[in-house]
Amino acid sequence: MVVFGTLSEKLTSALSSLRTKGKLSAADVDGTVREIRRALLDADVSLDVVKSFTGKIRDRALSDDVNKALNPAQQVVQIVNEELVEILGGAQSQLSFAKKPPTVIMLAGLQGSGKTTFAGKLAKYLKSQGHTPVLVACDLQRPNAVTQLTVIAEQAGVQIFAPEPGNGKGNPVAVAKDGVKYAKQKLYDTVIIDTAGRLGVDEDLMREARSVRDATSPDEVLFVLDAMIGQDAVVTAKAFQDGVDFTGVVLTKLDGDARGGAALSVRGLTDRPIVFASTGESLDALEPFYPDRMASRILDLGDILTLIEQAQKNFDEDDANKVAEKIQSNTFTLQDFLEQLQQVRKMGSMKGLLGMMPGAGKMREQIDNFDEKDIDRTEAIIRSMTPAERETPKLLNGSRRLRIAKGSGMTVTDVNQLVIRFESAAKMMKTVAKGVPQTSRAWDRFPGHAPRAKRSPPKRLRVRGTPPNARQRTRPFNRLLPGMEIVSDSVPNRPPK
Amino acid sequence: MAWSLSKAFKSLFAGARQVEPQDWENLEDTLLQADFGPRVTDEVIEAVHAIADVSATLDTDDLRRILGEVLEERLDAFDPTLSLASEPGKPAVVLVVGVNGVGKTTTIGKFAKFIATRGKRVLVGAADTFRAAAVDQLATWAERAGVDIVKPQQDGQDPAAVAFQTVERAVTDGHEIVIIDTAGRLHTKSGLMDELAKIKRVVEKSVPIAEVLLVLDATTGQNGLNQAEAFLEQAGVTGLVLTKLDGSARGGFVFAVQELTGIPVKLVGQGEGIDDLTGFTPHVFVRQLLD
Ligand SMILES: Nc1nc2c(ncn2[C@@H]2O[C@H](COP(=O)(O)OP(=O)(O)O)[C@@H](O)[C@H]2O)c(=O)[nH]1
Ligand SMILES: [Mg+2]
Repeated sequence: MVVFGTLSEKLTSALSSLRTKGKLSAADVDGTVREIRRALLDADVSLDVVKSFTGKIRDRALSDDVNKALNPAQQVVQIVNEELVEILGGAQSQLSFAKKPPTVIMLAGLQGSGKTTFAGKLAKYLKSQGHTPVLVACDLQRPNAVTQLTVIAEQAGVQIFAPEPGNGKGNPVAVAKDGVKYAKQKLYDTVIIDTAGRLGVDEDLMREARSVRDATSPDEVLFVLDAMIGQDAVVTAKAFQDGVDFTGVVLTKLDGDARGGAALSVRGLTDRPIVFASTGESLDALEPFYPDRMASRILDLGDILTLIEQAQKNFDEDDANKVAEKIQSNTFTLQDFLEQLQQVRKMGSMKGLLGMMPGAGKMREQIDNFDEKDIDRTEAIIRSMTPAERETPKLLNGSRRLRIAKGSGMTVTDVNQLVIRFESAAKMMKTVAKGVPQTSRAWDRFPGHAPRAKRSPPKRLRVRGTPPNARQRTRPFNRLLPGMEIVSDSVPNRPPK
Repeated sequence: MAWSLSKAFKSLFAGARQVEPQDWENLEDTLLQADFGPRVTDEVIEAVHAIADVSATLDTDDLRRILGEVLEERLDAFDPTLSLASEPGKPAVVLVVGVNGVGKTTTIGKFAKFIATRGKRVLVGAADTFRAAAVDQLATWAERAGVDIVKPQQDGQDPAAVAFQTVERAVTDGHEIVIIDTAGRLHTKSGLMDELAKIKRVVEKSVPIAEVLLVLDATTGQNGLNQAEAFLEQAGVTGLVLTKLDGSARGGFVFAVQELTGIPVKLVGQGEGIDDLTGFTPHVFVRQLLD
């Protein structure tokens, strides 16, 4: 940005004095949060959203567990990034199509926001997906908007329905209605209705937009918003939500250098998904919306996030190496095993996690066979052991096993099975570890392994029910995936009693 | 109306009473929500504080008056007068530039009518040869304004050539004012920005350019600063036009833009009708913010 340094720079300098790692003080947090507030405002995030957002950051920064791998500034930044992605992400956003064609998609937005161009892009995109879209010219206001849409339809190679000349002549509601009728008759499967730009404060025109909607019962009403918009984003979004109750948002002109804080404002305010990003004047410049990209665009945290990733990777590797060493020297204990399992647990449901991975389809069977309860049972058994027993499994004689079985609500056979599995897994890991030059790599394959900091769960691995768009989310999953086979080997289904 | 700055200011100042700490916070919020941006907001509040501090008994009416004075003073530092002077026998050329969809073509329609009704002969040049139907759009406006137009000779013709032909025609036919429309372009696209520089160069071979007007949309946020900087650097902007002030956006970012670039706001667009264009008067602009 021209006038102001990047947030990364500012945070780095503001917090360069805080070298010590440890619990964040309120003063550290306030200083950082102030910088973040300013950066969000510079990025045109609306004030109300900035306030609630920074409030959340402050609370989390003060209450989250200390992450040993990071210094305080890095830790706050990581929280900021997670919260950004969370607000921007949410439910998977896809167009919904009518069960019985035609699907009707209505566009609405301010003047000059890019509706007509987007209409052409969407038509071209849908056509490439095998649909048969028709564009309906309902902007009868702006001079020659109808001509413009006609040219665009030709460029996109799709049909247009434009019975009225526009320039103030014709009734948009009637045209929209006839457009849908036309699509039904001619068997077009999607109707894209381009409407005139209108201001949120223009009550007559908002009523007209509502009439268009009511006359066509659209499956989607897309609110088209210029990424360069400032604080007015919330006012306008609210007006359009009240006016036509849009179902999704399209952010346009993202090929420029606007920070696009409006994305955060609109998501924060309306909770409607952002479906598309429009990124250029050519009809092919249309992309799905990527929350993680948008997050780093708004706050320009790229540099710091790279540092954080580096710091954590080193930390993870130290950790992994320690475990690997233990295996090598035969000092890997049931306690370590339990901790590894708990790390897996913190990453969320194994099935959900693995099912989400690209390429998980091939492993479908293994995933289906994997019983999450096995982890519960294993955990219960280990928890019923004394520290000494966890350190030295050889202590586990008959009476101890019986006590553990009772304590954990399992049978002695279960306990025996676990000890056997643990020993064979440790042995196998040792063999594998020997075969691989870098000891820690082998350990990546162990079921319980997850990058971790002992007292702090690796927050960036939290699963929120969204596909793993974020690079930093998929990376650890990838490391986990090869372990799948061993997971089902070493923790088989519970034997029948 | 869902929300408006004037409403927010009104509730802030409803009925004169002693100023409370909360008023200062509301003042900050209000400026931020009008897109003043964090830096200018801080400066304005500081300036208001400096004046308010010397007054022992400050009520909210005083605060409002001081705020108005501070804002107006900042705007008064710039001269909003359009310069449409030209060499004898040659037209004054106005080049209109800006990012996509801000209202360039509409502004030209209004502006052409504005000048034509003051008895000048106007010629508009349709040098947006890129956007579909842009030429037709300008032709419709030219007709409404009752002015002449020069169109490209073929589709997608070099915009610089269209601009040049427009100026030549004005010289031959004795038009006094030439207004050239250009395609919208994002200020980050260097190829397209170079094209503007070329249009300017080509026109100036025959006639000096009187004004390069950058159109800014009032709904824009802090990106307006980036736009202004880039267009100033690469197209030699001499004046700003602030459009869409009839909406709920207040365009507070122009304070920063003027101060950063030194370029004054010269025209204001407030609607889609042909008469919805006025000159820029700091007093009126501030009153619209505060009333
Ligand atoms: N409400 C309002 N709309 C405007 C104003 N100026 C332009 N517009 C609208 O903004 C849209 C884009 O305008 P246009 O002149 O085509 O923009 P260009 O791409 O910069 O040439 C059109 O729908 C115009 O009617 C204004 O001052 N107020
Ligand atoms: Mg135009």
